[in-house]
Amino acid sequence: MAAESMTGRETGTPLVKRGLAEMLKGGVIMDVVTPDQAKVAEDAGAVAVMALERVPADIRRDGGVARMSDPEMITGIQEAVTIPVMAKARIGHFVEAQILEALDVDYIDESEVLTPADEAHHIDKWAFTVPFVCGATNLGEALRRISEGACMIRSKGEAGTGNIVEAVRHLRSIIGDIRKITQADSAELFDWAKQLQAPLPLVREVAETGWLPVPMFCAGGISTPADAGLVMQLGAEAVFVGSGIFKSSDPAPRAKAIVEAATNYRDPHILAKVSRGLGEPMPGLEIDGLETRLADRGW
Amino acid sequence: MKVGVLALQGAFGLHEQVLNRIGVAAVQVRTPEELVEVDRLVIPGGESTAISKLLDANGLADPLAERLADGLPVLGTCAGLILLAAEVVDGYPGQRCFGAVDAAVRRNGYGRQSESFHALIEVEGWKSAFPGVFIRAPVIESAGDGVEVLASLDGVPVLCRQGSAVVSSFHPELAEDDRIHRWFVEQE
Repeated sequence: MAAESMTGRETGTPLVKRGLAEMLKGGVIMDVVTPDQAKVAEDAGAVAVMALERVPADIRRDGGVARMSDPEMITGIQEAVTIPVMAKARIGHFVEAQILEALDVDYIDESEVLTPADEAHHIDKWAFTVPFVCGATNLGEALRRISEGACMIRSKGEAGTGNIVEAVRHLRSIIGDIRKITQADSAELFDWAKQLQAPLPLVREVAETGWLPVPMFCAGGISTPADAGLVMQLGAEAVFVGSGIFKSSDPAPRAKAIVEAATNYRDPHILAKVSRGLGEPMPGLEIDGLETRLADRGW
Repeated sequence: MKVGVLALQGAFGLHEQVLNRIGVAAVQVRTPEELVEVDRLVIPGGESTAISKLLDANGLADPLAERLADGLPVLGTCAGLILLAAEVVDGYPGQRCFGAVDAAVRRNGYGRQSESFHALIEVEGWKSAFPGVFIRAPVIESAGDGVEVLASLDGVPVLCRQGSAVVSSFHPELAEDDRIHRWFVEQE
């Protein structure tokens, strides 16, 4: 909750929450499961790490219920690095979020990668000082999450597959609809709000500014420097890499290469240079063969 | 005049927006060739570890050090302050700090994100306060005699100048107020 101290310092305001997302732009946020992996990520130039017990590829393989990580491992990762540490709560599980806030994580990801705790409601994110990132597959979903208090949106993609196709689908859907809305007249915006099932004031804001009111990053399926370049050129402002680094044959150089790709995403010569000799990427999965589609979680 | 914004990582887009708003053409700087072209440079907020490594990866560290030594006017905010300081108290091995401002800083000295805040900053000689936004901000722990402290918060310097370098531990690019950018591009 936003608060004002005796010295006139205000914490937890929307500006302060969105501010950290602004500082992460152009960077790479990496999933890590141990303090050692967190150090590898920091050394490679990651702007933040996502502390979790299993990367999405393993969650997908193991099945069962995926929950918030053990606070002990989150604390261990916080002690290992100086960059921001994020952690995941289940969709709608506001008590997991309260626990993560008590642990002083820097960002909470209300994530479809974990098993949802509520089939109708997401967390009321305005009630927290810690900022939230949420996934979205389309513009309506993004605006609903923002209306609930999310300060960063990430396109969902399909986590744990090493397959970029869903990330591209979701990014194109969100950005394509933003482009259309900027061309709509004022009367059409009412219908857009209805079609998107999103609050009219947010739809109007998108129409005016041509962008979401918060930064939009990309997640789900990024496993090569070229993938990072692709989603950045499509309009993502930063990338989350889940399984793509630590499920590859040689994580440290791949991590560094993806960091350099996110910065130099418009320069094919640099992308060619950093893509060389990285070893095997994570094994990929065809979307049609999946038992569970994580991106379908969230409402 | 051509103002560059170091665009390796972080809030470079917001700095560009503020500069454009006050009628200054801003260009993104990612390569040594682009650095040669600019008359002034903004080093934005972001993660100083990442920006430092990307300076090395893109071959910018030495050319930037040379231009700073030649007196390139530079504005460094948050991570930019860390990169322009003379000493990073808790820096990691290999962290770049160019010493354009004789100050020692501590990364995340104001705490983690839960302690990020905004507060009104009184700047010397300005009629009204400036809205300072501090995001996991670095603390200026000490400043040498050559450093002019332009603003402090609770006795700690937050906006300083030395020669042609201006540094802040807060983010003027996140404020609606463009006075710091105006002042940076107008100063001699």
